[in-house]
Amino acid sequence: MDFSFTQEHEELRQTVRRFLEKESTEQIVRKLMETESGYDRKTWQRMASELSLVGLAVPEQFGGAGYGPVELAIVFEEMGRVLFCGPYLSTAVLATGALMHAAEAEPRAKLLGEIAAGTAIATLALAEASGRWDLESIAMRARRDGARWRLEGVKDYVLDWNLAGIVLVAARADDGLALFLVEGGAAGFERKPLPALDLTRKLARLSFANTPAERISGAGDCAPALERVIGQAIAMLAAEQAGGAQRCLEMSVEYAKTRLQFGRPIGSFQAIKHKCADLLVETEFARSAAYNAAFCAAGGDDAELAQAAHIAKSYCSEAYFHAAADNIQIHGGMGFTWEHPAHLYFKRARASSVMFGDPVAHRLKLAAALGA
Amino acid sequence: MAEPQITEADLRARVRELLDEAHPDRVDQFTFRGKQYDLGLAWVHFPEGFGGLGLSPAMQAIIADEIARNAKTVYDDMAINPIGIGMGAPTVLTHGTEWMKTTLLRRIFTGEDTWCQLFSEPGAGSDVAGLATRAVREGDYFTINGQKVWTSLAHVSRWGMLLARSDPDAPKHLGMSYFLLDMHSPGVEVRPLHQITGEAEFNEVFLTDVKIPADRIMGKQGEGWKVAITTLMNERTAIGGAAARRGGGSIGILLELWKERQPGRFAADCEIVMRDRIARLYIESELLRLTNQRGRAARKAGNPGPEGSVAKLAMAEMNKRIWECAMDVLGADSMVYEAGYARRRPSLQSRTTHLAMAKYQFLRARANSIEGGTSEVMRNILGERVLGLPGEPRGDKDVPWKSIPRSA
Repeated sequence: MDFSFTQEHEELRQTVRRFLEKESTEQIVRKLMETESGYDRKTWQRMASELSLVGLAVPEQFGGAGYGPVELAIVFEEMGRVLFCGPYLSTAVLATGALMHAAEAEPRAKLLGEIAAGTAIATLALAEASGRWDLESIAMRARRDGARWRLEGVKDYVLDWNLAGIVLVAARADDGLALFLVEGGAAGFERKPLPALDLTRKLARLSFANTPAERISGAGDCAPALERVIGQAIAMLAAEQAGGAQRCLEMSVEYAKTRLQFGRPIGSFQAIKHKCADLLVETEFARSAAYNAAFCAAGGDDAELAQAAHIAKSYCSEAYFHAAADNIQIHGGMGFTWEHPAHLYFKRARASSVMFGDPVAHRLKLAAALGA
Repeated sequence: MAEPQITEADLRARVRELLDEAHPDRVDQFTFRGKQYDLGLAWVHFPEGFGGLGLSPAMQAIIADEIARNAKTVYDDMAINPIGIGMGAPTVLTHGTEWMKTTLLRRIFTGEDTWCQLFSEPGAGSDVAGLATRAVREGDYFTINGQKVWTSLAHVSRWGMLLARSDPDAPKHLGMSYFLLDMHSPGVEVRPLHQITGEAEFNEVFLTDVKIPADRIMGKQGEGWKVAITTLMNERTAIGGAAARRGGGSIGILLELWKERQPGRFAADCEIVMRDRIARLYIESELLRLTNQRGRAARKAGNPGPEGSVAKLAMAEMNKRIWECAMDVLGADSMVYEAGYARRRPSLQSRTTHLAMAKYQFLRARANSIEGGTSEVMRNILGERVLGLPGEPRGDKDVPWKSIPRSA
């Protein structure tokens, strides 16, 4: 695996960083996290039109920028640093991925076009009450009803429920897992917001009672395609986690250099210095894990991506949580206040560690893949 | 730095040229590796004429790959001359005299001359800059008196990298000089030092009125610490940054041991806990490998910086846990030590099975977080040199070395 980022990648990173430094400041994050929508419509539209970020991984033929997971990962790493609030993971990764890999040509072209243009926000409903993202645990049934289908059941922990004009649902049909599109006002379709531990990401429970839906995946089981989508989503979340961990380390180091106790900066004490050094090692490893997963996602080998995703989800989740937790500890009493941003990272880290499967689940899957 | 003119294909062609002229399956080690050096394929990031081609160190992997594809005999630098190749060569290249570069580099690479490093002393471990071995200039010679310790390979070495105090009135970091010591000199006495495995991988070296010609100094008199930093940075990269293949090395043996476990050795619930531990260690091994790869890609040429300490720290701590886990896989059998604690020089032949390897490495790995800089020193280096955190208040910086309190 060659990990080299090109000059173009560096420029993308700088562009995104400059944009987010203005449009996702701590004040803006705090303002948005208190709103129901959790995003800024104007910023989103600039991300779609000016920066082509929303359709970054959408092929050019559908109006996107035609880039792939490596470029997306760079954007996520930068978003993770600043706790960007907006439906990017749901729209640009989950829904875009599901449409690209599991949908038939016609709905794919139409819906990807809307996403890339910034006119539609989209999400993918996978997990259910079990809270597991393994495709085997999807129990929701889809029943054929003439030319249409009807859905019955509940989807949980769905991202950006409130904004999504395009709601994609994975459910079990008679020929295996299939992907469905549900209209916002469909009969028997209810959205209930879940009060979130991490205020910067909106979650909901979606319930379907004999709800009409359009099947957009072709005949046969679309589980392998959805498996790839989950792998890619994990790679992107891992990049976000690596960016968040890096920012927590930076905050800790900045504070440890300036906070004086016993007549000297607390960072001169080995108790603090060694904590920071351990976080540096973990942050570097997290970055390697995330980049590796992104490069594997771009490489197109599903087995390689699955293994890289297990590694990334397990390691980046724990590294980010550790960095966010130690960041509070190093800041002392200040780090425990609402005013200080440390808790925002801590909550994001905790919630992200279980989304798409927790570290233990991924390690046991990795062990199985290694024959251990 | 200009873009390298030599492509991967060119480099592979050059390796095949080497194999045509001197194939390792047909000629001896010195002949093959001598030719490899002459063609600039020894250390590809070194300058032309000194075993390299001035390319990125990442391209060394291409050479290794092409040799491995075409030959059964593959030499391991770490088995041939670990200290000479890992640390001696970059130090000679950076600070050595013309004579040293033209005479010694090739012999280091071929393995004709084994090298050792004479830094640590009984009273100078983590604080190696506090060392007390004296170097006194007398005309064209320095006279050396003192004791070194933990010297790997001293008993078979031709050359030693010696750090000694040439000016006890100067502050500690400013009063040292760095010498190239002929280990065959009169007054050099090497005694085996037995470690917790019972074996003597290391030595104590006693230096009594040893004469070193003044032109065997590296760097200037009094600037030995600067030269030593080059050696130490390369040591950390050599220890932590070795290019393992995926699933190879220690983690590979742990996985094999686990797969070879006796049926019924673990209850079903214990198996799950062990699987989680093994997967966690596999992940860390893989990320160490990938982080090193990222480091090599970023570093185009020259000596490694303090980031080598990331790999050194991570490797040491991980390796200890891998072998602890291996002992848990062995269970009650880990109470038995078949190899015994015979006092001898280490022998690779005695550790051919995974089981023997695991038990030996469990003991040997304790040194990983001590040798080449303790994990605590590595964390200080990362904290201060990479993250920029302030140092601890110190009582030994701006005073003459001779007035600093020392352990015996």
